[in-house]
Amino acid sequence: MPHAVSPSSEGGSSSVREDETMSDAPAQEADVQNNAQPDAQDDAGSQGPGALPTTTNATSTRLEDMFDGDDDDTDEFSSSAQSKPQDSSQPAPRAAPKAQYSEPDTLRQFYQRLFPFRPLFQWLNHSPTPQPDFQNREFAFVLPNDAYIRYQSFATADLFRKQCLQMTPTRFEIGPQYSVNPRDRKTIRKASSFRPVMKELVFDIDMTDYDPIRTCCSKAAICHKCWQFIVMAIKVMDAALREDFGFQHILWVYSGRRGAHAWISDKRAREMDDAKRRAVANYLELLRGGDHGKKGLNLRRPLHPHIDRSLKLLNPYFQKEVLADQDPWESLQQAEKLLTLLPDKSLTAALQKKWDSTPTRTSNQRWADIDSVAEAGNLSTLDAKKLVEVKQDIRLEYTYPRLDAEVSKKLNHLLKSPFVVHPGTGRVCVPIDVRRLEEFDPFKVPTVTELLREIDEWDAKNRGLGERERAKVEDWQKTGLKPGYVAGLLKEEGRGKRERHEEAGAESMEF
Amino acid sequence: MLAASAAPRIDPKKRAVLDHRKQQFAKAQWVEQDYKHRMNFYTVPPTGDVTLEQFEEWGIARLKVLAELEACQFRNKSPAETEEYMRPVMEKHLRLSSNRSRSSELAMERKKDHYSHWTLRLAFSGTADLRQRFARLETQLFKLRMQQDDGVEKKAFIDSLPMSWETVGDEEKSRWLDELKAATSVSKTDEESWFKVDWEKVPELVERRQVLMKRGTAYVHVREQVNMVVSEFSRTLESGLELAARFLPRMDEDNRLSPILHHLSQSFVAPDAGYSEASSISDMASINAGSIDALSENFPLCMRNLHRELRKNSHLKHFGRLQYTLFLKGIGLSLQECIVFWRKSFKLIADGNKLWDLCFTIHALTLCTDKFKSEYLYNIRHSYGDVGGDANRRGKGYTPYSCQKLLTEALPSSGQNHGCPYRTYTPDNLSTLLQSVGVSDQKLLREVRDDVGKQRYHIACNKVFESAHKPELKKVQDQKLWPASELDTILHPNTYFKRSFLLKNLGKVQSGDIGVDGPTQQSTE
Repeated sequence: MPHAVSPSSEGGSSSVREDETMSDAPAQEADVQNNAQPDAQDDAGSQGPGALPTTTNATSTRLEDMFDGDDDDTDEFSSSAQSKPQDSSQPAPRAAPKAQYSEPDTLRQFYQRLFPFRPLFQWLNHSPTPQPDFQNREFAFVLPNDAYIRYQSFATADLFRKQCLQMTPTRFEIGPQYSVNPRDRKTIRKASSFRPVMKELVFDIDMTDYDPIRTCCSKAAICHKCWQFIVMAIKVMDAALREDFGFQHILWVYSGRRGAHAWISDKRAREMDDAKRRAVANYLELLRGGDHGKKGLNLRRPLHPHIDRSLKLLNPYFQKEVLADQDPWESLQQAEKLLTLLPDKSLTAALQKKWDSTPTRTSNQRWADIDSVAEAGNLSTLDAKKLVEVKQDIRLEYTYPRLDAEVSKKLNHLLKSPFVVHPGTGRVCVPIDVRRLEEFDPFKVPTVTELLREIDEWDAKNRGLGERERAKVEDWQKTGLKPGYVAGLLKEEGRGKRERHEEAGAESMEF
Repeated sequence: MLAASAAPRIDPKKRAVLDHRKQQFAKAQWVEQDYKHRMNFYTVPPTGDVTLEQFEEWGIARLKVLAELEACQFRNKSPAETEEYMRPVMEKHLRLSSNRSRSSELAMERKKDHYSHWTLRLAFSGTADLRQRFARLETQLFKLRMQQDDGVEKKAFIDSLPMSWETVGDEEKSRWLDELKAATSVSKTDEESWFKVDWEKVPELVERRQVLMKRGTAYVHVREQVNMVVSEFSRTLESGLELAARFLPRMDEDNRLSPILHHLSQSFVAPDAGYSEASSISDMASINAGSIDALSENFPLCMRNLHRELRKNSHLKHFGRLQYTLFLKGIGLSLQECIVFWRKSFKLIADGNKLWDLCFTIHALTLCTDKFKSEYLYNIRHSYGDVGGDANRRGKGYTPYSCQKLLTEALPSSGQNHGCPYRTYTPDNLSTLLQSVGVSDQKLLREVRDDVGKQRYHIACNKVFESAHKPELKKVQDQKLWPASELDTILHPNTYFKRSFLLKNLGKVQSGDIGVDGPTQQSTE
């Protein structure tokens, strides 16, 4: 529901990501402006609904009863003033978080006011007019009662939005495009003619896989320290996907709690079959399940250029984020684990002896001890070259991305859509800008309730503005979501389109 | 704007060329192809003339090779063993000489190879299962031949293929040399030569990180070229089979080829083996009704089982009798002796001395005279071609059943014992049966169970055979007493018997002294 807004009018709202995303924002802003219907702007705010009949009709009824629709011409003073304090977004701090994030009302408002259906549609559709790319695409809904509905598909973005508003799924997942419309799958005669034909190549990095090596948190919890593992993983993966495989349209998305997803929309990537997906996943996967222990990683030497590059990327992180921050071998018991990774008996014996006499040593010191003890001539089976290799293996074990590779290997695997609300944390699954990866802070990602409150606050603050001005401001523009998060999708989508040579550049942004 | 009008108009003259089928059949190309290379990618179907006999014979010959190849795989032979085993088989059935050999048969061999491939392609395109199996075996055969091919000719063949690869130039090579070496694990002695392809062409190499990746292009070392050719072969063959399947209905109009193709595809269940007169041992030893008991030691399990059932119950149901009679005929038992054998077998009921046997005595005696004569006798004589039908056409009666026949006919119902026990028995009962005939090796029993579970019945049977004749087989192999083709997979119960008999009497055969133990007096009843 694009309504244009001038960048200057948004100064009031507090944005966590505003500063980081402004760099590419002007271009995006300009695009958004182009997209908005000029007549809606020129005519009057009260005529706004006329410009977008479908969407407004779908929303106006609900806007009436619970919210002040900012592009609606009801008496906004009375309704906004009264309804806002009791709005469903307000009791947020008091209610139990989990119940409240998946509260149908909250979700409905989220889908109604904030969820970027249009960009999502364009991203999946690869063209302005609905294509089988989108129409035969499977969506799976998780409803508030935990029912899981698969094989949903939609002819247009508006129909998709309508069903989201109706069902208020706590989250939905995106599957592949099928050879026939997934809703018709039972009507076709031959079951074999219903098969997935394309999907973005996806990757899933989950912090739980790091439990053996992280010391700060475990299970679902994360902190700033261990988020660095995700940062490392994204760096390595992004480099490999771009440089080795030549993929360009890679969208990294925060998964809402403790990990990140990658969506690769290059045509070449979308059309890969299972064997190729498996090949890419295995090419990138180094640490397969659990402890590697004495066996090491069994890497060929010289190292494959991909691993060599990854190691170079990861080395600084190993020094700081792993050795200093995680401090994984601080206590003597923890140091045992380091010893098991060293396949040389006399070396481990010498180290053990040294550490027994000086029990309090940091991981950094212990790591340095390996070299000093080895230089003192405590090597039996290893030579200096082999020791370097063993140390490389250990570094990789503590830094290399740990993928949930099964997700990537199958064409028909579903993955949670970007921009949905994580039911556990309420955080919106926002894209991560890899160029500003270090600045991304998972704890500053807005939750759905915060966003809705921001809208209310903006409305309250700008009550003085005339109807016309207020109508020009999109709901998402009143929040921390603007504009970088949505721009992330638009950017990917726009580039994908240009690659396809289907539409002229200006036309491609029109929706 | 309407979409249709946006499509560029094609010049009418050019448009005609677009339909490849029309192009292919535009003018008759019934010409003999010349085969420049020993290897063939089988992209062009044969267009020369071929007789129906050749069509079938060549197909059968190729099938034999493929079946042996599959058997090697089922027995977990190593590539080296497979090659050694397959060499004589291929030499016998599907010989392919190199250009260097200057053989006069060269063109004929290659034509046979080419035509037989297309014959089988037609025969095995029917179902997805057959297609997959055929493609797998053909690919293996291709690979095997590729390995045997002479270096120069192999290179010439590979160069002749329309593959989409590009050699890495010197400049690029020197720029990436270290990375190339590291990625493809090239040792000092290896050739420093690489080529570039889209990585999608070599997913299995990417998966193992055996290539250098640069922006979606895989830099592959030349040593992988053969594998790439093989996988390309497999890919084109698979799509070719799909295509053939779509054209298959057209064949229905041709009543000359359909039966041949059907028969060939049936043979793939268990390769068919014709019964040959040579399976008889009548020239080496005299066989009579009394010697069957002793010879049954050398019978394959299907026949041994029938024999045991016959001895236990003094009766066999119709299909069991038929199967057993034909087998006995095959090992060289004459019609007269066969009648004696059956009559004695049935009569044994009367000789029993248990109480309830008395009840049967009268019945059995009647059986001996009336029923035996009227029904069983006729059947036996019919099997031998002595009676029934047109005397000119019945020839020598039915041929003994092959493994394929036993494996494809209907399963026996209760009380019946015919068929292949590896197929008809449950794994537990099969183990018991095998143990009762003296197979006690637990490892072998486990393997048999495994093979049977995967429906490789004849492989299981062959394993039992090999285990039972281990010392003799070793001797034969070591001393090269028999040609290798005499040691291939057994596909006929009579072959099983003959081979078993010869192996057990190895020393005696050579000295020409085989006396079959057991009562030799002829019954004149």
